[in-house]
Amino acid sequence: MSKLNGNIRIGVYVCHCGTNIAGTVDVAAVARAAAGFPGVAVSREYKYMCSDPGQELIVKDIREHNLNRIVVASCSPLLHEHTFRTAVEKARLNPYFTQMVNIREHNSWVHQEKGAATEKANDLVRAAVRRVACHKPLEKSRVPIDPAVLVVGGGIAGIHAALTLANSGKRVYLVERDATIGGHMARFDKTFPTLDCAACILTPKMTAVKAHPNITLWTLSEVSAVEGYVGNYEVAVTRHPRFVHEDLCAGCMQCVEACIYKKPKYEDEFNYGLSKRKPVYLPFPQAVPQVVVIDPEDCIEFKSGACKKTCVEACGDRHAIDFEMTDWTEKIKVGTIILATGFQAFDPKRIPYYGYGTYPNVYTSLEIERLVNAAGPTGGEVVLRDGKSTPRSVGIIHCVGSRDETTNRWCSRVCCMYSLKLAHLIKEHTDAEVFNFYIDIRTPGKGFEEFYQRLLKEGVHFIRGKVAEVTDWALDPSEEGKLVIRVEDTLSAFVRRIPVDMVVLALGLEPHADAQEVRRRFNITCSTEGFFLERHPKLAPVNTFTDGIFLAGCCQGPKDIPDTVAQAGAAAAEALVLIDAGYVETEPNTAYVLEEECSGCRTCITLCPYRAISHVEAKQKAEINPVLCKGCGTCVAGCPSGSIQQNLFEDEEIFEEIAGVLNYVR
Amino acid sequence: MSDDKFEPRIVAFFCNWCTYLAADAAGVSRMKYAPNARVVRVMCSGRIDPQFILDAFAKGADGVLVGGCHPGDCHYQEGNYKALRRVILLKRILKEMGIEEERFRLEWISASEAERLKSTMNDMVEKVRALGPLRLNTAAIFDEKEVAVL
Repeated sequence: MSKLNGNIRIGVYVCHCGTNIAGTVDVAAVARAAAGFPGVAVSREYKYMCSDPGQELIVKDIREHNLNRIVVASCSPLLHEHTFRTAVEKARLNPYFTQMVNIREHNSWVHQEKGAATEKANDLVRAAVRRVACHKPLEKSRVPIDPAVLVVGGGIAGIHAALTLANSGKRVYLVERDATIGGHMARFDKTFPTLDCAACILTPKMTAVKAHPNITLWTLSEVSAVEGYVGNYEVAVTRHPRFVHEDLCAGCMQCVEACIYKKPKYEDEFNYGLSKRKPVYLPFPQAVPQVVVIDPEDCIEFKSGACKKTCVEACGDRHAIDFEMTDWTEKIKVGTIILATGFQAFDPKRIPYYGYGTYPNVYTSLEIERLVNAAGPTGGEVVLRDGKSTPRSVGIIHCVGSRDETTNRWCSRVCCMYSLKLAHLIKEHTDAEVFNFYIDIRTPGKGFEEFYQRLLKEGVHFIRGKVAEVTDWALDPSEEGKLVIRVEDTLSAFVRRIPVDMVVLALGLEPHADAQEVRRRFNITCSTEGFFLERHPKLAPVNTFTDGIFLAGCCQGPKDIPDTVAQAGAAAAEALVLIDAGYVETEPNTAYVLEEECSGCRTCITLCPYRAISHVEAKQKAEINPVLCKGCGTCVAGCPSGSIQQNLFEDEEIFEEIAGVLNYVR
Repeated sequence: MSDDKFEPRIVAFFCNWCTYLAADAAGVSRMKYAPNARVVRVMCSGRIDPQFILDAFAKGADGVLVGGCHPGDCHYQEGNYKALRRVILLKRILKEMGIEEERFRLEWISASEAERLKSTMNDMVEKVRALGPLRLNTAAIFDEKEVAVL
């Protein structure tokens, strides 16, 4: 322990965290043991170290006992490292003279036997004490923030975040993959529980996006590459061709009328294939931008090159239509990014025994949203696939692709409420008998339970049971020509067969098929089920583990519109915090070269993915640019002569930590 | 210490962005696993110098576990590949030294894989327990000075 030359005075603070730690770890014993470790001048235990009095304790001790190193044994450093560094700084000590020991997440919460947990805590504290003695004073560096923001995804989350930021005067790039913004919400009829018209509340926001001088809206576009770091991201956006120049198209729709296809022939994606469109079309009447799009898969000109191009003729002098358009890339610089990429609905074909795609009159909940919509393919008439008969009985099956061990285990949160809403709307439109087949009815939200009670009074039937099967196999004449729902009614404890005309599958929400690809592109993490992972489920619900990248809406997990809008506002606020601060402080865990020892072998140069290391010809030495270095430490481990070190993770510090946990004494 | 009471001592080097978070998540979910491992946090599995692993064995570890991000998922693009490269070489050296291969593991455990963290921990402890203590003749194999020059 030659390093402890008497100048090192360590304070050790062991937190009880109420009973979270103290319930499993003998904190008093840990504090006593720590008092005997070399260099420790003060060792204490306290109920809540992160509380104000807890932090004050450290500040006071630093002053009174002349401490110059602090070890806090409490929770994960990812939670409170910043808290304790700030406390230490308050006492005018360099904040990096602090080391945290994780005795909660990594110890008391995962172990049961008090003896073993206490022994582990002792080892970890010993390691931290030995490590912290080697700590050096470090300075944070400041990086300026580019005030522009990239918002990815133009559903209600992206729209709200973009407008919030733009209204506060920030430049926003809103990138949307589809030909129009609006996302899922644009397709909904009414919103629960107030039965507001979804389009009436959404479309004004959509036009506001287009009209806003601070928002650059790019539809049919995808982020293809992200480089840089918080405050200074360089983003490449691939813009797919619309084959219509946005700035030249007036949205007159004459080309659509003039199209060589006299009748719409292709599946209309906006209506989930319930109606047809032409190869040139406007996604829906209130689409933003109000610009038509040509689908090259369907257009004759793309297939044969021999179309009469009546659309071009109709467009006339405007020359908006351009069959030669190809992908192009825009490069932008932004300081922060908000991901609002949304969800995809569960594919009901994954549950074949519910008959979607087999029996024509099995519908998805999204299709029903379009059917009950006055602007939908049937003008709001709920009719069966034959296009004329009105269903006299409808069964709504809840939790399709939710709360199911064989598909998705999570609750999709919105299905109970939207099923109630659809039940109400179907009843209103058709006066049919409506049956809800549910596992549990979940109505936690403002006005939700009241809406459920209202439905009960409206005479909608509720049958508690998970549907086993939808079949057209009739057992008696009353079932002929109907779809029979077989279900165990768990409240009356017998198996029922309920014949209906129409079955509605309440689809769950799941991550986009390419969510993993997207998360890699943005260097963020997914949770087990594949939704983007927030930094902390309670305290940092819109942050990610990558600084400067925030989450909004269903890409983080299923949620309803009010929650989505709230989260989008929060994400915008988090971005504004960074932008208005003007700079961001970066962790000084960068690597540096010990020049006198560097042989100039250049091994490190190829190891660095950020090209932060260069070879200085004049000196024949490596040099690390601290601005480019992100502090992974790969070069440090790779240097054959040990002449690169990493701040906060110096070899010496880690060796001391290893010796500490193993209680190794020479 | 008699062998039936033997508690393996495991040193674990975890990447800050994946396995360390998985261990945090295991804690938040109150999963229970063997208390034998002591975690040393690094920013990336690429920071893990083979010396750290040798040093841990020399100082009395019965097993060493390295946790990094899945291939393609490195927070720093490719540090985990560098770690893998080093680990493959190191495993050959450890074999030469007579250290059983179950004593040293590299695992890819993402932030969301708390369950995997738990089972890896338990599995490793059981395997090392079955092997018994690592009785290295450290004086013969690890000359402190030699390790220092490495």
